[in-house]
Amino acid sequence: MATNPSSSLIEFKSVVAGYTHLTILNELTLDARRGEITLLIGPNGAGKSTVLKTLFGMLTPRSGEVRFNGETINGRTPRQLLAQGMAFVPQGRNLFGSLSVLHNLELGGLQLPRQVLKDRIEEVMQLFPRLLQRIDQRAASLSGGEQKQLEIGRALLVRPEVLLIDEPSIGLAPIVVQDVMNLLKNLAQSGKSVLMVEQNVRTALKYADRALALEMGRLALDQPAAQLLEDPNLNRLFLGGSAKS
Amino acid sequence: MSWSKLHLAALVVGVLALAVAPAFLKTYGLYLLTLWLVYIVAAMGLNLTVGYAGLKSLAHAGFMGIGAYTVAIAMKAGISFWVATPLAVVICFLFGLLIGFPALRVQLHYLGFATLGFNVLLVLFFRNEEWLTGGTFGIQNIKRPELFGWSLNGNAAYFYLVLAVTVIAAAALAFLLRSPWGRAFAALRDNPIRAESTGVNITAYTLMSFAIGAAYAGIAGALFAPLVNFIDPSPFGVGTSLLFLLMVVVGGSGRFYGPVLGSAIALLLPEYLRFAKDWYLAIFGLSVVLMMIYLPGGLLSLKSTLQLAKSKRDAKLKEAAQ
Repeated sequence: MATNPSSSLIEFKSVVAGYTHLTILNELTLDARRGEITLLIGPNGAGKSTVLKTLFGMLTPRSGEVRFNGETINGRTPRQLLAQGMAFVPQGRNLFGSLSVLHNLELGGLQLPRQVLKDRIEEVMQLFPRLLQRIDQRAASLSGGEQKQLEIGRALLVRPEVLLIDEPSIGLAPIVVQDVMNLLKNLAQSGKSVLMVEQNVRTALKYADRALALEMGRLALDQPAAQLLEDPNLNRLFLGGSAKS
Repeated sequence: MSWSKLHLAALVVGVLALAVAPAFLKTYGLYLLTLWLVYIVAAMGLNLTVGYAGLKSLAHAGFMGIGAYTVAIAMKAGISFWVATPLAVVICFLFGLLIGFPALRVQLHYLGFATLGFNVLLVLFFRNEEWLTGGTFGIQNIKRPELFGWSLNGNAAYFYLVLAVTVIAAAALAFLLRSPWGRAFAALRDNPIRAESTGVNITAYTLMSFAIGAAYAGIAGALFAPLVNFIDPSPFGVGTSLLFLLMVVVGGSGRFYGPVLGSAIALLLPEYLRFAKDWYLAIFGLSVVLMMIYLPGGLLSLKSTLQLAKSKRDAKLKEAAQ
């Protein structure tokens, strides 16, 4: 599991993190590279979502070092990290259903000057023309795919260098999942990095560049996604068998 | 005519109707109308904290008490009403920030109890610190102010002052709610964790929702003291805080005109139920219970509740037909 520091955008070095009395990440060391889709996989409880929350400042590591762009970010708040170029789309529905599409987008850029925010919203609208048609509609009235587009669009308002996305396919029809994955692929091709947690492993591997498998809060496997997709042990690995065997 | 123009027209007609009302009302009627406006200002503040930001507060009457006592004490010390009122608003804002801190740690009914405890403490302070507040004897002969040498001592003149302040306070709140701040408060109410992941500074907005809400209560308190000419701790107890909450909930929590309707009902309905003599509180209470069962979103949610019921009925009919 050698890492190349020159191309690493995100680095975890012996990170221990968890919730109150529960330790989830056990001296986890991993990295995610620039311009790639890095897929985090592993059984339930392996610590995939905890990696994203720790990275985005929603959990503070008990020990170890989290680095972003070569800078230690332990203890930084989500707002500081957004300003540094990191955006997070958490698991499930993350919109404010009572607000309109436009107002949901505005929330993603509260810290931006008014004119900049307006320009960025126009940018996002060009990326997601379906949202433009529904700009004044309540977010709760959008379809599942449109809601996911809106979540991603909102995250892109701050022009992040890296997008952290947790289970983007949850609750979406297969055809919509493909759209979302293509969108993430396009983002990576445009130079942004994506760190994705996804249970729909086979689909996600088709779009990812690299896969990191977690087990009990440790990195168990680091392989090119295409190679892992061909691995006959993939199902066993994902369902919780040892990745090292 | 578009909805926004219709809305504006209705608003102008409403304010004009209020402006001519003193000509048709006797002293008590005008007093009630002025008190209603004072309660609207207070309830607008609570609506921001509870309805828009989704927090719990049972300390609103206490904040109003701070505003009223600040103005009364300052005016007794010879300070002008026009200086005392901004001072009261600033003090309430600061106390609001202070009481916002528990909201960063506890939520729901725990937060309700934390704020309730603060209200109890304030009432004890008003009652026991006789040297400052007059204790249970209160502060008497609080004068109404003058404006550019024109006395506002008359009931109608004071009513117009309160009306002007209410309109300004409502316009300021409308502006705030239409700005990105309004979106941030709604995000905080809907889901603080989601809000944080989008970059909303939930610490700042939580504190500000309490502080601005308390500042509105401070304005209401500052207007209340010269209106009644005499203050003691009793109007600022937990009972009044519950009444403010009732105003917000009955009118429509998180709806701009909710406090207007809610405070009218909480203040005026008991007056109109006087014919029922001893039963009036029972009738009032029962009306509120029934409304909470059938219209939990408040009176202003009537239209959306009926629309929802209709769409459910249509869906059932469609299902039965298949």
